[in-house]
Amino acid sequence: MTDYWSMVFVFVLATFIGLGVIRRVSRLLYTPLMSLTNAISAIAVVGSLAVAGADHPTSIRILGAVALFASMTNIVSGFLITYRMLRMFKKQ
Amino acid sequence: MTQAIAQVAAIAATALFIFALYWMNDPKTARRGVYAGVLGMAVAVLATWVQPQIVHHGWILAAIAAGFVVGVPLSRVPLTAVPQRTALSHAFGGLAAGLVGAAEFSLWLREGPGGAQFTTFRTSALVVEVILGFLTFTGSLMAAGKLQEVRWIPQRPVTYPGQNFVNLGVLGAALVLGVLLVLHPTAPAARTVFPVIMGLATLFGVLLIIPIGGADMPTVISILNAYAGLSAVAMGFVLDNKLLVTAGALDGSSGLILSIIMCRAMNRSFANVLFGAFGTVQKVKVIGEQKEWKQESIEGAAQLLEQARLVVIIPGYGMAVAQAQHKVRELYDQLTKRGVTVQFAIHPVAGRMPGHMNVLLAEANIPYTALVEMDEINPEMSQCDVALVIGANDVVNPAARYATGSPIYGMPIIDADKAKTVLAIKRSKNPGFAGIDNELYVKDNTWMLFGDAKQVIGDLVKQFAGGGLH
Repeated sequence: MTDYWSMVFVFVLATFIGLGVIRRVSRLLYTPLMSLTNAISAIAVVGSLAVAGADHPTSIRILGAVALFASMTNIVSGFLITYRMLRMFKKQ
Repeated sequence: MTQAIAQVAAIAATALFIFALYWMNDPKTARRGVYAGVLGMAVAVLATWVQPQIVHHGWILAAIAAGFVVGVPLSRVPLTAVPQRTALSHAFGGLAAGLVGAAEFSLWLREGPGGAQFTTFRTSALVVEVILGFLTFTGSLMAAGKLQEVRWIPQRPVTYPGQNFVNLGVLGAALVLGVLLVLHPTAPAARTVFPVIMGLATLFGVLLIIPIGGADMPTVISILNAYAGLSAVAMGFVLDNKLLVTAGALDGSSGLILSIIMCRAMNRSFANVLFGAFGTVQKVKVIGEQKEWKQESIEGAAQLLEQARLVVIIPGYGMAVAQAQHKVRELYDQLTKRGVTVQFAIHPVAGRMPGHMNVLLAEANIPYTALVEMDEINPEMSQCDVALVIGANDVVNPAARYATGSPIYGMPIIDADKAKTVLAIKRSKNPGFAGIDNELYVKDNTWMLFGDAKQVIGDLVKQFAGGGLH
C-alpha cells in the first residue's frame, strides 16, 4: 500500500523549492532555462525505461521504447543546446 | 540492495537538479548548472537500469541510440529556430508521458480480477497524466509548426463562432469520461473509454493552438512547458516514483513562473491568452489627425548616432526574421569605438519565446552586460539621445498607455518615445502582429528608415567604416 499523501507532500515541497530557485534565475537566461528544464523533465526516461525494459508483452514494450526514445531525444538535445547557448554569454 | 540504490540515486538526482537550476541565476555559473543536470540524469538512468526487473537491454540501447541520432542534430539548430525546437521537445515530453500512461493502463488491466492497481488516487493520476501528456503532445506540435511556418498550419490565428464552446466541450468530455473511469475502473467499457480520453486530449491540443498567433507564442510555450512538467509529476504518482515527482515539479514551477512573467508583460491573463484569440486584426480608431511618416536617410541617421552619447537599441522579432543580429553587432562596435554608450532594451515578450532576444544578441557576441531589461532601462530613457528600434513594434507603441480600446492597452512598453530622437527601422508600412497602427512612428521626434533590417544596419555600418563620417 503506497503512502499517497507523502507523494503529494513531496510534490508540494518540490514545487516551492522550484518557485524559489526559478525566481532567482537571471532574466538573461530564460531561453537556456527552458531548454535545461526540458532536459530535466525528460526524467520521464525513468518511467519509459521501466516499461520498455521489463518483461512485459511486446506491444507494451513498444510503447515504452517510443517513450524512451522521446525522452532520450529531449535529454540529449536539451542539455547540448543549453550548453551551446550558455557558452555564447560573454561579459566582454 | 538495488532498491536502496534507487532511493539514494533519486535523492542525489533531485539535489543535482536543484543545483542545476540554482546556478542559472548568473551567466557566470550557469554552465556548471548543465554539468549538474547531466550528472543527475546519468545517476537516475543508471540506477533504474540496474534494477533486476529490467531484462530487455537491447531495446533500451536501441531507443537510447535513436534518441542520440535525433537529439544531436536538434541541438544544432540556428538560434532563430530555438522556439520551435523548444516546442518540439515539449511535444516529445508530452508524448513520453502519454505513452507510459497508456502502457500502465493496459498492464493494470492485464493484472486481472479485482483491479487491485486501480486505486482512486492512481487512476486519477493516470487520467491526468494521459490528458496532459497527449494535449501537450499535439498542442506543442502545432505550436512548433506555426513557429516553423509549416505550410499547412495557418500562421494567423484561426477563429470561428463558438470556438471556445467547442474547445471547452472537448476538454470537458475528456474530464467527465476520466471521472467515470476513476469511479468504475474495471467496468467492461473502461477498455473503450480510455482510448477515447486519449483521443479527446489529442484533439484538444490541436484546437487549443489553432486560435493562437505569433505574438502569444512566448506565453503559450511557457504554459506548455508547465504542462510537460506536470505530466511527469502525474507519471510519478502513477508509478510511485518520487524522482519523477520532484523533477517534474521543478519543470512545472519553471513553466508557471515564465507564464506569469509573460502574461504580466502583456497585461493579460492565462485565460485571455488561451481563449482570447489575440493577434486577429482588430481595427482601432485612429486618435487625432492622421500624421505622416518622416523618412531619414542613412547618412542622416549615421550622423545622429555618432553625435549621441547614449544609444538604446530596441530589438524585436523583426531583427531575428531579418537575421540582422550580426550586423547589429558591427554597428555596436562602430559606435562604442567612437565613445558612444550603446545599450539594448529587452522587452520580456520580444521574440517568440522567453529570453529569445538575449540569446540572439549573445550569439552575435554582444556582451551580456549591454543587455538591459525593460524595467531597468525605462527610467533612463529620458537621458537617451537616440532610440534605435529594430523590428520591434507593439512593445514600443505608446497607445498601450492610454488607448483603452486597443488590444495592447495596459501592456508595459519600452519608453522609446521618451528618447530625444527615435530612429525606427521597418520593413514595410504594415502594422505589427497585433494589427495596430503604431503612433510612435509618426511622432515629431521619430524618423523612419524603411527597408530590410539587415540591409539598413549594414548600410549604416558602411557609413561608419567607409570613413564617410569623421
